[in-house]
Parts: sequence; C-alpha cells; structure tokens
Amino acid sequence: MATTFVWSGTGAMTRAQATWLADGRRLHLHHGPIDMIVEAWGPGRGTAFARAVARFETVLQELVDELPRLRVENGPVPKSETARAMCRAIAPFSDRFITPMAAVAGAGADTILSAMTGGPGVSRAYVNNGGDIAFHIAPGEAMRIAMPGTGTARVASCDPVRGVATSGRDGRSHSRGIADQVTVLAGTAAQADAAATMIANAVDLPGHPAITRVPARDLSPDSDLGARLVTTHVGVLSTEDTKRALDRGAGYADQLRQRGLIQAAALCLRGETWLIGTLALQQTDLTYA
Amino acid sequence: MADRVREEKIRCDACPVMCYIAPGKIGACDRYGNVEGRIVRCDPLTILDRRLEAGGEVRPFLASDWDGSMAGEDVFISGVGSGTTYPDYKPAPFIVSREIEGADVITVVTEAIFSYCGVKVKIDTDRHLGAEAAVVRAKGEAIGHVTTSEYGSQMLSLGGVDHLTGGSKPEGRVTCDALLRLCEGKPVELSIEGGATVVVQAGEAPIVDGVREERMRVGCGSAAIGMFASQWQGLVDEVVVVDDHITGVVSEHQAGKVLGWPDTGIRIKGRRSTPGRYFQVAKPGSGWGGTDIKDPLSILNPWWEKKGARPGLTLLMVSTTGEHAAFFVLDDALEPRAAPMPEVLKASVELIAENCEPALCTVMFQAGAGGSLRSGVTQNPVKLTRSVHSGETCVTCGGAGVYVWPGGGITLMVDVTKMPEGSFGYVPTPALVAPLEFTLSREAYRALGGHDAAVRSVADILKTGGEYGDDIRVVRDRRDD
Repeated sequence: MATTFVWSGTGAMTRAQATWLADGRRLHLHHGPIDMIVEAWGPGRGTAFARAVARFETVLQELVDELPRLRVENGPVPKSETARAMCRAIAPFSDRFITPMAAVAGAGADTILSAMTGGPGVSRAYVNNGGDIAFHIAPGEAMRIAMPGTGTARVASCDPVRGVATSGRDGRSHSRGIADQVTVLAGTAAQADAAATMIANAVDLPGHPAITRVPARDLSPDSDLGARLVTTHVGVLSTEDTKRALDRGAGYADQLRQRGLIQAAALCLRGETWLIGTLALQQTDLTYA
Repeated sequence: MADRVREEKIRCDACPVMCYIAPGKIGACDRYGNVEGRIVRCDPLTILDRRLEAGGEVRPFLASDWDGSMAGEDVFISGVGSGTTYPDYKPAPFIVSREIEGADVITVVTEAIFSYCGVKVKIDTDRHLGAEAAVVRAKGEAIGHVTTSEYGSQMLSLGGVDHLTGGSKPEGRVTCDALLRLCEGKPVELSIEGGATVVVQAGEAPIVDGVREERMRVGCGSAAIGMFASQWQGLVDEVVVVDDHITGVVSEHQAGKVLGWPDTGIRIKGRRSTPGRYFQVAKPGSGWGGTDIKDPLSILNPWWEKKGARPGLTLLMVSTTGEHAAFFVLDDALEPRAAPMPEVLKASVELIAENCEPALCTVMFQAGAGGSLRSGVTQNPVKLTRSVHSGETCVTCGGAGVYVWPGGGITLMVDVTKMPEGSFGYVPTPALVAPLEFTLSREAYRALGGHDAAVRSVADILKTGGEYGDDIRVVRDRRDD
C-alpha cells in the first residue's frame, strides 16, 4: 500500500476565504482561481462587506456547476446569476467566436458588487477581480480609475460606466491577438471584460512570421478555446506592423463604441497606446493616434 | 515510455474547478502547477504581484497580508499518511530537517496509534440534552457520557480506553467508528439516556431531536435583561425573558430598578433567586429558551393590582435567542391577551437574535502520546516528555497546534477542524490513528538522543518520499480557518 504524506501549508479543495489586507480597509476574497479585492465607503460599509463575503462563498461553486455550458458558444440559458450575466455580456459579440468564459471575471465582480450595494448607506464601492473591476458610484460621487499604461480616468456618477476590464497578452487568459493590453470602460464589468477580450483578439497580424501560436488546449487542456490558436510569442515588429495591428483593433473597438457596447478603450502594443472613445482620461505620457 | 508518462495531464483538486493541467503548466488559478506529474503550489507572492498590478488600485501583498498559511517557507510536512508501525521500534517515518531563520530545525513526523483517546464535544445549545453523567449511545452502544455543562453549551465526553477496549467487542467497534467520524468532521447521531437524540458534526450546528439549533442564547434571561433593559424602556410596561436557567423580569431586575422602572404586579412561577431573577420556571425541554414551555403565559400567576397591574398594561415575553416572542395587553380582568407586536418591539427581538452567535458543535480530540511512540523520536523517551513540557519541543497534530496538559505524560488536546482533511484513521485494536509531529532544534534533538542519522531534508523527502512510498498529497491547511 502506498502511503501518502501530507504537505500542508498548501491547500487542497479550499473553501472561499476572506482576509483583511494590512491596511484594514480592503478585503481580499479568495477561492480557487478567484482573487477579489473589495472596498466600500459610506455608513453601510460594514454590512456591505458582510454581504460581499456571504455572496462570495458560493460564487465559484455556482460557476463550476455550469462550467461545461460556459465553455461553449451556445447552449441553454444557465441558472446562476453570474453565469447568466456572462451569457448576456457575450451575446452582442456572437458574430465572432466567443464563449461566456470571456466575461467570467467581470461577471464575478458584478455579482459581488451587486450584493454589496444591496443595502443602504454605500456611497462608493468597487470589486477588483484580478484587474476586472466593477464599481458603484452613488449620485454626486466620483471614482478615479487607474488604467494601466494610459493614466487615470475620473468616472462620475453621471457617466454610464460601472465596469473596467483589461485583456491581452499580459493578462491571465490566453489571447488570440497580439495586444500587450487592452483596457475597456463599459456599463458593467462583464461587458467590459467581454469587449476587452474581443478587442485584444482583434489587435492582430494574421500570418505574420514573427508571431508564434499554439492550440489553446496544449497550454490548458480545459480551455474554452479548444484547438483555436493562441499567441505565445511576438517577435520583432516594425513600426508599420504595430500600427497595422492597432488599426485593426481600433477599428473593431470603434464599431463596439458606436453600437453602445463600450464607452472607451485603450489599446497598447509595443509602447504605442491608442485611445477610442471620449471619456475624460487624465493621460500621462501617451502617444496619440 | 518515459516520455509518455511525462506527458500525462493531471487533475488538480485544489479547488472546485478541478483543472486538468498539462506537464510544466499551471492551472486556471496561476497557483498550482503540474511539476513532473505532481500538483505543486507555485509561489503565490510573485503571481499575486503580477495579477494585482493590473488593477492599478491595489498594491502587492506581503506574506503577512495573506492568510498566513501559504508563504513558501510555510511548507510543513505533517504526519498524515506518513505511515507508522506499532509498537514503535524504529525511527519515525520522517525526521525532517530544515532551516528556519538560520536555525536548523528538526520535525519528527509520525502517525501515532492512540489507544488512550477520545473526544470532548461542546454543543452550543440551551436545550436539555440529558442529565449530567447520563450515558451517551451510538447505534445502541455506550460510547461516553454527559459531562459538566458550560455557559450556553452542553458537553459530552466520548470514547476513551474503557469504551474502546474495556467493554464488549461491538462497544469498542462502535466507539472507534463514532470517534473516527467525529474527528473527520462527519455527522454522528448520539442518543442520550433519558434525554435527547442529537446529531453532532464538528463545525456544524447541532441537530437536537430533529431540530437544527441555529443560535446560542445571547446570555441567560437575567443577562438579556441587563443588556437590553434600557432599549425597552418607554416602549413596553413589562418584559420577561424566558430561560431554562434564569428567567428575567425587567420591572423587578436590578437593571430595571436603576432605570426607575415601575412595578407591574407581575407574578412569576418558579423559585426567586434575587429580585427579577427566577430559577426553574419550567422543566428543561425544547420549547421557549430551553424550557418545555409552549405557552409562555403558563409561567405567570394572576397579576396583582395593588402592585401596579392595570388594564392596558403591555407585556413582552421573549426567549434568550429571540426565536420565540409574544406580546400581550392586560384586559379589564387583568388577564393577558395576545396582541400584535408593535414594530419597535419586533426590532428589539431581532436585536436579541442578532446578538446570538451561531450554535456549533466543537470536537476536541484528546489523547495520550506518552507511550512507545516516543521511542520513534528518541532513544530516551522520558527526555522527550520533559522537552515537551519545557516548551523546547513543539507538538502538533497534522500541523495544528495542540494543548498539552500539564503534569505527567504527553496528554494533548486539538481542534479536529484545524487538522488537514483525512488526518484520522483506525486500527482494529480498536484505536485511532492520528498524525503527530514533534518539532525542535537539531541541537536539542541530538541532546535528547534523537535518531540523528535518520534526519533528512525537506527537499529530499519531497523528491524521494518515504519508506512507505513516495505518493505526495497536497491538502488544504486549515490551521488559520
């Protein structure tokens, strides 16, 4: 009989965890692949945190229960709040390949935010799910959003933006495009997440010899992208190549903006950043298109 | 052939996602990876730094911000599954050396067979489970007894050598099985002679006679009066907090007196302790406040007009958990009549409920590690006992901290929910098997007459495993839960 010994200090089948960060203001929610940082302001702050923790407890299991459905393009409407939001968020993009997983991080953030704001006295709150952020801004309030590589954006309560998401080769998921980073501001974090994924895929140079791609399932056997190629390496690109790739992405992003799916986007590739949309960004050191 | 083995994807069981991970790759979490066919935790600090940067707003974690159990140096080899022999005639399965803050530290890892062991169970409930010293049975066999109750909790003492090996064979088997299930965090149904049937599960609410206990009482009835008297003043003429231990009456209670609460002419059945505090208003049971009361008015005698009773006087009766509450108004004959409860009083009842902690069952494993297993650690067993008592050697069970009883031997007590899942096993003796680790400095280990030649490094053990196989399992650390 092979006996086993346990190496604790690591964890098997962990439960959802909630831990205060050292500053005592922000709460870290962790479960499996999910890490969220949440913060809230206003007299209802304490109960907002309590609702966030309570809601968080089951979010991952709810997703896992419907995971096979969420990894494919089409199927029945799922049951859980987050899974339904994922399906709603990706529906407008279904003229191209997309599965609900493209919105999983944003939708998770929206779910927790909605729990946090489900009571009185919360003036502002945000849920940062690994860079995809859902936020709440009560009338008259505003929030400053740091956009990587592009500066900060001030979002006021009157702006139709409550979500920001970043996608690209620097992110956690595999990208089919070559963008280093695409950051999107949209109505919800789920919408921003789906749009950022699609815009990052569109920043591309099909057939370019400097780009190495492999089937997604070789990297992650469970990937919703299956045999579709994902980018693993981008070699030297000429200035012309960079512009061409950004142009493809920016064209697509502008379509999304005109369709009302996003408010603004910042596309980064090889030190170039292009902006789409009109949101008041307080840019620092940017290159304009 | 070797290549094919290496190419194998493995399933990670670190979280419900259960990713298949290809060799050299990491799972969806970026935390666990497939390293040469084993699920291994990657450095969480680097990964979090990278991930959180993307959010802009947050700054990187320090190990101390984390849950305290995952930093790289916290890899802790526990005794679970280490294997053992009995009696212990050779060095323990793993004697591990590693450096902590520059000091060479030895951990002796074994699985101990505990002939002398049992559990102490704390059940958060005021419901009457059984008289002190009543026999506790599982599947009809006596496995322990009711012991001294604690504030808000009933206590059971289960197992022990007399039930494990001192009685009939079925008694020993059933006792061992019940202890094992309790230690593993599984539910066990216990029936108490002359009392209740209770389902006990570590870390879960007790189920008493089929009813799940949701809350601990906020305090006894008298304590509840003390806590809430000022909030009731002006809203209601009289409050009775019904409790199996001490039923409180606000108009008579010291807490009411200091507020100038007027007399109401109420008369409570039961034995008065001090003003406004009554013992034994009813029998213990599963009704109001741990009594057998179904109708709260049954504890009242006729009201006294000369002491202040008057038509229209209002009365709130509430249990110590806020689970039961009723509102009454005295009619012209000074008989209490049920009436709809005013909203403000509902809020005060909810406040009692909110102040109650969730009722839980706690299972503490208690066992003696004083026998021959010590010789697996050192050639001079009593030196180990002395070293443990002096604090030089730290004892853990599956990495969880234990309380070692003062006095002779190594009698330890540990919260089973802090130990890794799957920690416990049994042998047909019957006796329980549990992981046990002794940690001390290498210098002290040599001084104890330790098996110095058997000392190995953490890296070597992770690489080559132990005498009984090299299958390594990664489990959740529950020490900080």
